[in-house]
Amino acid sequence: MAPVSKSTPHASMLRRYWPLAALCAILTVLVGVGSLIGSDQLQVTLTEMLIRLIVVVGIYTFIGNAGILSFGHIGFMCVGAYAAAWATVDPTWKQMMLTGLPDFLQQNQYGFLPAVAGAAVLAGLVALVIGAAIMRLSGIAGSIATFALLAIVNSVYSNWESVTAATSSIIGVPAVVGPWVAWMFAIGALVLAYVFQVSRFGLMLRASRDDEVAAKSSGVNVVRMRLIAFVVSAMIVGVAGALYAHFLGILTADTFYLSMTFVTLAMLVVGGVGSLFGAVAGVIVVTVIVEVLRHIEAGVPLGGITIQIPQGSQEIGLGIAMALILIFRPAGLTRGNEIAFPFGRAARRKRKAAAS
Amino acid sequence: MIGFLQNLADALSLGSLYALAALGVGLLFGILRLVNFAHGDFISIGAYALIVPSFEVTAQLFIGTWNWSLMIPAVTLIVVIVALISDALVFRPLRRANAPTLMIASFAVSYVIQNGILMVYGARPKAANLWSGLDAPILLGDLRIPLLQVVTIGVTLALMALLTLFLKRTPYGVMMRAAAEDFRMAQYLGVRGNFVIGLAFAISGILATAVSLLYLSQTGTLGPTMGVPLALFAFVATVIGGMGSLLGAVVGGFLVGFIVIMLQAYLPEDLRVFRDAFAFTFVILILLFRPSGIVPTRAFIERV
Repeated sequence: MAPVSKSTPHASMLRRYWPLAALCAILTVLVGVGSLIGSDQLQVTLTEMLIRLIVVVGIYTFIGNAGILSFGHIGFMCVGAYAAAWATVDPTWKQMMLTGLPDFLQQNQYGFLPAVAGAAVLAGLVALVIGAAIMRLSGIAGSIATFALLAIVNSVYSNWESVTAATSSIIGVPAVVGPWVAWMFAIGALVLAYVFQVSRFGLMLRASRDDEVAAKSSGVNVVRMRLIAFVVSAMIVGVAGALYAHFLGILTADTFYLSMTFVTLAMLVVGGVGSLFGAVAGVIVVTVIVEVLRHIEAGVPLGGITIQIPQGSQEIGLGIAMALILIFRPAGLTRGNEIAFPFGRAARRKRKAAAS
Repeated sequence: MIGFLQNLADALSLGSLYALAALGVGLLFGILRLVNFAHGDFISIGAYALIVPSFEVTAQLFIGTWNWSLMIPAVTLIVVIVALISDALVFRPLRRANAPTLMIASFAVSYVIQNGILMVYGARPKAANLWSGLDAPILLGDLRIPLLQVVTIGVTLALMALLTLFLKRTPYGVMMRAAAEDFRMAQYLGVRGNFVIGLAFAISGILATAVSLLYLSQTGTLGPTMGVPLALFAFVATVIGGMGSLLGAVVGGFLVGFIVIMLQAYLPEDLRVFRDAFAFTFVILILLFRPSGIVPTRAFIERV
């Protein structure tokens, strides 16, 4: 990864974790500035963006390292969201509506953090069981299998009356997630994703992504590496689901289906599938585009006149913007690169070359 | 027994729709490696092209009132034009892009079309009455089969036969098959790439129109996302059938139709709401046992 040079262990540590540190710094500045100057609307937007960021980072942990496009991860978001809501919703309501819940959930009310932990565990378990079966599949067959997983989760959660309240939503989930809570978990997700990616497991998995046969013949157990990544990424996405439930305060299974899948995948591909920086950049850029279009749709006063685009053109504008980004940067905005280390010898040489 | 035959007829007619949609998806995948999510929206456009643009709940047929010999070509033309425009504007600049990028680009196309429909026609589902004469049943002994199902199956078989003839007997068809086998080699040998891809988009537009007309006369309702579930089942069908194989797409389409209808008919009452969960479990099982599909193609077996 980073060029080998004679330097102190601290410097090489810094170099190794520089991309992570830079991303965390960007996020912190963003949230700091946003919550200092921001209106209530901005706080909401910021929180939602951070939760999406956790989802996309989670999805990236699997797709970026394993190289298999997954449509199934929003299913884990659904699993996590419901798991957390089962824990934190008022017991009297649960006894009335969710009669199929096990006693320890039906009778008690748990705090936010145990609920989030439960969400991570349940999402990870589902990923472990299903992943053990489908991680053998590569390429498009693997993608469709993950899509089948999404469809199964959606079908179960939107019809299992006694456990998920089916079409009538779960209400009264405590809405405790604001920008700073979401920020904390986002940093956690970034750290986990990056540490995994530069770990032995991550490197072996990336080797299998680039050449499955070569990796196998070098002794990499591809299926097991994929499964590990699948479970880790499902846990991250499950946590995001729990946060989303405690951000919205109300839960329906259809929130976690096709459109959420498309939006998050689009964010990842627009940013660049191959790097953590790509995941973060995609989320930020797409969110900014959506917000700008929403403002113009509401009308922007400019000089004496108000500039306004017709209703519904926000979505169309987003679609066109995404298509344009893909046409001009087919490998994503970051082209799969992490943020480069700006102080090393390589960077100095590059600057010199640019100057001359 | 009668019950089973009745279900079989249902399965064949639903399978026909999936097979037609899967052919449209499979054709593009074979040549371009494009998993075209916008195919479902081509189907929606075919249905919306029939009616007067308005926000009314009851759709007023416009092209839909024309004689069928005029109406079918008109609708087909509209869908084919949309398919060709999306190729020219989005997919042509992305010829060298990898599969995920192409797929997300097709999301973008799909998103634009869906919201375009939303802007012009409104979000609410609309009722539309197309070819209501086809509701009349045909009696075969005790078996009552709606004429529409017979028409659906007949049209599907006819289109498949035509497509086969086109691919096997005409020079353009041979070019398309060559391009699907090895696109770059076909280009070296004088096949014009953009022309063949345009042709594939046009044919997939024609197939989408057939699906939208048949589907609309079955359901009688229009919605901005009406084509999406059809396209999703079509993807599943192309993959379990064998990506890149048109025969596989057809087999997969009928298989998915069969699975869905039989689960609907024979699952115990209280499990029936979970029909889709069972259907997709079958899909995973099929993939686990035949990862390259029921009809694997040589072009997709990875060589080392």
